Amino acid sequence: MNDMPKGPIGRPLLRLEDPPLVTGRGRFVADISFPHQLHMRLVRSPHAHARINSISIEAALALPGVFAVWTARDIPEIGPIDFREGKIEKLEPYRQPVLAIDRLRYIGEPVAAIFASDAYIAEDAADLVTMDVEDLPVITRADDPPGAFDDHLSTEAAVVRQGFGDTTKAFQEAHAIVEIDVSIGRHSGVPLETRGAIGRYDAARDVLELHGAGKVPHKNRESLAKLFGRSTAALHLFEPHVGGGFGVRGEIYPEDILVLAAALRFERPVKWIEDRRENLIACNHSRQQRHKIRAAVDADGALLAIENEFWHDQGAYPRTHALRVAETTCGILPGPYHLGAYKALGHYRLTNKTPAATYRAPGRYETNFVRERLLDVIAARLGKSRIDVRRRNLIRADEMPYARPLSVLEDEVSYDSGDYAGLLDKTLALIGWDELQVELAERRAKGECVGAGLALFVEKSGLGPSDGAKVNVDTTGAIEVITGGASVGQGFETVMAQVCAETLGTDYRRIRVVHGRTDRIEYGIGAHASRATVMTANAVHAAALKVRDKALAVAGELLQAGPASLDIVDGQVVQRERPGGPSIALGMIAHHLRPSSPTRRGRDPGLAAEGWFDTEHQTYPYGNQLAVVKIDRDTGGVTVERYVIAYDIGRAINPLLVRGQILGGFVQGLGGALYEEFLYDDRGEPLSVTFADYLIPTLHETPQVDVIISEDAPSTRNPLGIKGAGESGIAAVGAAIASAVDDALGVPGSITSLPITPQRLKRIIQNLDARSVSS
Amino acid sequence: MTKQDITLDVNGRRYAISVEPRKTLADALRDECGLTGTHLGCEHGVCGACTIIVGGETVRSCLMFAVQATGRTIRTIEGLADGNDLHPLQRAFMQNHALQCGYCTPGFLMLAAGVLEQNPDIDDKELIDVLSSNLCRCTGYENILAAVRAAAAEMRAPT
Amino acid sequence: MKPASFIHHRPSTIDEAVQLIARHAPEDGRILAGGQSLVPIMAFRMAKPPHLIDINEIAELDLLEIAGDALRIGARIRHSAFGRDRIPGPTGALLATIMRNIAHHPIRTRGTFCGSLAHADPASEWCAVAAVMDAILVARSIEGEREIPVRDYFEAVMTTALRPDEILVEVRLPLLPTGTRFGFCEFSRRAGDFALAMVLVTMRIEQGRIVDPRFGIGGAEAFPRRLPQVEAILNGAAPDGLTWARAAALAAESLDPLEDAVTSGDYRRDLVRSLSIRAFTQVEA
Ligand SMILES: Cc1cc2nc3c(=O)[nH]c(=O)nc-3n(C[C@H](O)[C@H](O)[C@H](O)COP(=O)(O)OP(=O)(O)OC[C@H]3O[C@@H](n4cnc5c(N)ncnc54)[C@H](O)[C@@H]3O)c2cc1C
Ligand code: FES
Ligand code: FES
Repeated sequence: MNDMPKGPIGRPLLRLEDPPLVTGRGRFVADISFPHQLHMRLVRSPHAHARINSISIEAALALPGVFAVWTARDIPEIGPIDFREGKIEKLEPYRQPVLAIDRLRYIGEPVAAIFASDAYIAEDAADLVTMDVEDLPVITRADDPPGAFDDHLSTEAAVVRQGFGDTTKAFQEAHAIVEIDVSIGRHSGVPLETRGAIGRYDAARDVLELHGAGKVPHKNRESLAKLFGRSTAALHLFEPHVGGGFGVRGEIYPEDILVLAAALRFERPVKWIEDRRENLIACNHSRQQRHKIRAAVDADGALLAIENEFWHDQGAYPRTHALRVAETTCGILPGPYHLGAYKALGHYRLTNKTPAATYRAPGRYETNFVRERLLDVIAARLGKSRIDVRRRNLIRADEMPYARPLSVLEDEVSYDSGDYAGLLDKTLALIGWDELQVELAERRAKGECVGAGLALFVEKSGLGPSDGAKVNVDTTGAIEVITGGASVGQGFETVMAQVCAETLGTDYRRIRVVHGRTDRIEYGIGAHASRATVMTANAVHAAALKVRDKALAVAGELLQAGPASLDIVDGQVVQRERPGGPSIALGMIAHHLRPSSPTRRGRDPGLAAEGWFDTEHQTYPYGNQLAVVKIDRDTGGVTVERYVIAYDIGRAINPLLVRGQILGGFVQGLGGALYEEFLYDDRGEPLSVTFADYLIPTLHETPQVDVIISEDAPSTRNPLGIKGAGESGIAAVGAAIASAVDDALGVPGSITSLPITPQRLKRIIQNLDARSVSS
Repeated sequence: MTKQDITLDVNGRRYAISVEPRKTLADALRDECGLTGTHLGCEHGVCGACTIIVGGETVRSCLMFAVQATGRTIRTIEGLADGNDLHPLQRAFMQNHALQCGYCTPGFLMLAAGVLEQNPDIDDKELIDVLSSNLCRCTGYENILAAVRAAAAEMRAPT
Repeated sequence: MKPASFIHHRPSTIDEAVQLIARHAPEDGRILAGGQSLVPIMAFRMAKPPHLIDINEIAELDLLEIAGDALRIGARIRHSAFGRDRIPGPTGALLATIMRNIAHHPIRTRGTFCGSLAHADPASEWCAVAAVMDAILVARSIEGEREIPVRDYFEAVMTTALRPDEILVEVRLPLLPTGTRFGFCEFSRRAGDFALAMVLVTMRIEQGRIVDPRFGIGGAEAFPRRLPQVEAILNGAAPDGLTWARAAALAAESLDPLEDAVTSGDYRRDLVRSLSIRAFTQVEA
């Protein structure tokens, strides 16, 4: 980011979203209320695995203020929750019922729904529901032998495989074989705002509404319309302010379906606000995987082949994403490196724990940890530096685009552009890698336990296939951009306004961006997998270009000038060659395009257009991360002293926001690396059900972070050249910190699981000490 | 359960409401006074999203009952700006990109406002300690710290 | 996470409060002090007291003064009161230092010293202070007032000699003699969290020898306590690395650690050993 661009794109402009949010005027779902609304409260399973004999709801029903109590019997017509991307035959029988039918499969599973006049009373009533059950064997580990899901099905719900080349041969011919067994802990997005949903039925218009939607409102409308047998025109989703998404918020969960069903049946608005305990046991978990992975390498460290077998702990049921995390794990694991042959085999197993799904950088946080662990151990085995081994294998800039016969999200992996080695050089230069090694050696000599580690990664973003947007300029010159995108707090409105403003030649502050409303636009891609910026911004760009062309054509007639000689500056169409000459405001052009305007000359009314962007493949941003850590050998505590994140984003629309995304993602990654974990005991009892047990990092735990945002490799797959940024900060934090901790301990590969808690690290240190004493 | 009639003095206005004793101050502000800028992130005292100022002290409004707040001066995010003039902290949060989803923002703003009023010359170490009491899941904190530092400097500067 | 219903009582004198708790204790009526532990527990509905006797309006409980050779701390004194240099000498310095390890600023503005002792969380810093400083706890009920020496006070995890119908009106901390040094060290996962273990040590050093040592641990066992064996090693010894190492080893050895699904007893033992050394080193400095 050397010279400041002229237009709004590329500038660190302040956000349009902020004024209401800093003054307490945000409208989050809990802030919305409708007259005569009922409050829903769920009774959740206190059993990890049990057969239901009976559920008694009488006492709850008798409580004054309680309007109704439902169990599965009350909603026989409402089937289990579908997969977002359509039918998946093999997984169908494993889908989660909206309320448990005859079995309970995790603590936190919805069993009954209370509807009451007040949230406090609803909770009182929930306490009065009792159930008689028969306990069944509990499975808490995906790497234990599979058990019975029901009388017919195994808990190994699926096996995923990907690969290419002949790995067997490669292993036979290898100079060395390196094998590791590593695990990633169960953690998740845990937004600061819990989930919430309000169902509302407008009987006068026969429209069913869901307030509190997020992430993928349009996709969810399709699924819900199908489930309720309604046309999509009679079902609308509304996204309020959303207090963080991170992949977990905005999926269809049982609660969303229940508020809709109840609103329809009772013809009263039904509001549900999740509490934090529920959030920690009922909102999607993520990440838990164990990998046994081995590599065949030649004497030089080249990766000849990798065999990657893993156990994916899905929790009690598949969720709407189905197999996506496991599939992505297979497809993206090779990362930025050449690889001769590859075989991935994933066991998708159900356990008696909260269902898991996608969390920011799904499949990448995990595989970056696994693969970079492997490379560190390879380097140690061959007596090479960690950096040399990586350089030896990196895909080169001149090989782009680089395709592999693997797939991620049903899309063939094909890296569009990148200079991986170049970005690595930048990071090493920024930190002064060689000097850092000297400094660390000196500190170690003085008795400190310090080390540095790094990890390289390839991200993916901008999954298509298409997204559209509408741009409309009114007669006052105010501009509305209508998108099917979603905002989960990432600055979506500002970014779209910047793109539109750049194309149209206006002030970005005059632009109002609509998102997350299915009643304003028919399609929308939402906000997930870092696709909003890529897909929706390019659609906005396309729509704005059309509006621009139309404005220039009309202005040309009015000013009697060729459109090519015109430009738009500050919302005024001006003549390039005649500064100070006659000009015409966009609002005035809109005025000329009113349906009744004679100057419209047969054009479609309105200064408006719809634009679409289509893409065949995702784009692949890339980066690296470097950590310097200090270990307290006495307590096992890890302090991250410094951190560098380098990321090539292709083109940054707003570097301020990109940096914000990276910093925020980093701290989440830090959580997964050192603090956050959903623990269970052997009976399937969740142990992390409060914010005093599920440890989200605070400012205190957050180190200084240097961020390098590079724009060396614009995407070749969209006109704006952009790649997504949402997941880059988090992607390799576990990997880099593990490498740094190894380095501090002086034993490559000593970290085999995340999070690296003080107690676990202390144990590792004691074992290493014992070994060095005995040898 | 029986409700009690109480009056809350919030941001200089009086709110006559009727609540059960068990209603938390946070819920009363949100549901009864319509002041939904105070957010709930955990309802057990850890996240700080509900932080407000009661009687000059920053407190967790999820851990107080509304009936305990009668007769005390309550300040919430809705009263932080002076009419249309934003508080220096509010401006600094926008300028430093100290918020993304904005859910934690009211809590951080009230925390910082309360602490800077009591201790305008707070040193950096103490400031970090204080700000560590609230959780943010989006920003990674760096910009929040920068914003509070900037606002503190501005508030200290002689006008 | 909304609490169950209760009746809120707001006495303005201790006598009134004592009457109320006598009446309601049999049905699990409870004292509400700062609410920083009780309200979260009620939010999770792990407690559903039908009556709360709110002592926040009782001005008599605003007591923070030195009387004779003890510091008197009334039941309305919040954690944050100890940060404001109100108490002179080593006692004040110790309390101010330790206060900064308890939770976070907006919790310290409400949570009370006496509430911490009544609640008796194993990892409460104030409980450890009380144990090490030989506090006297003053309990009041309709039967009158009694003084409970701290060694008779803690009974098990969150269980004390305080009866349900008693109010802890005051805690008396014997003042530390001039010249007393102290060391305090705790380990928690994040700043402000309840500690997994803590060590508090006080002593004077006279003519190169340790005099009047007190050594206590908290967070690591069911309740905090002094370790007389460790104090015996310290007493009269030279304040040096060798003494520290012996004392720390014995402290770890003497531990009967808390063990739960997340934290092992062995880890707590290791922590006590290293935290002891660190606390000792602070004394030296
Ligand atoms: C996020 C968070 C972090 C925390 N971290 C720490 C920490 O690191 N260290 C720590 O020590 N504490 C910590 N706490 C707890 C806090 O210090 C509490 O304030 C304290 O434990 C209890 O004091 P209270 O006045 O709030 O008591 P309350 O919550 O009002 O009461 C607690 C219990 O004691 C009883 N009780 C209270 N006062 C009396 C009395 N005078 N007589 C008889 N019974 C009484 C009540 O009936 C109740 O059963 C934390 C709290 C939170 C929310
Ligand atoms: S909601 Fe009060 S601290 Fe989290
Ligand atoms: S900005 Fe989202 S939680 Fe802080």
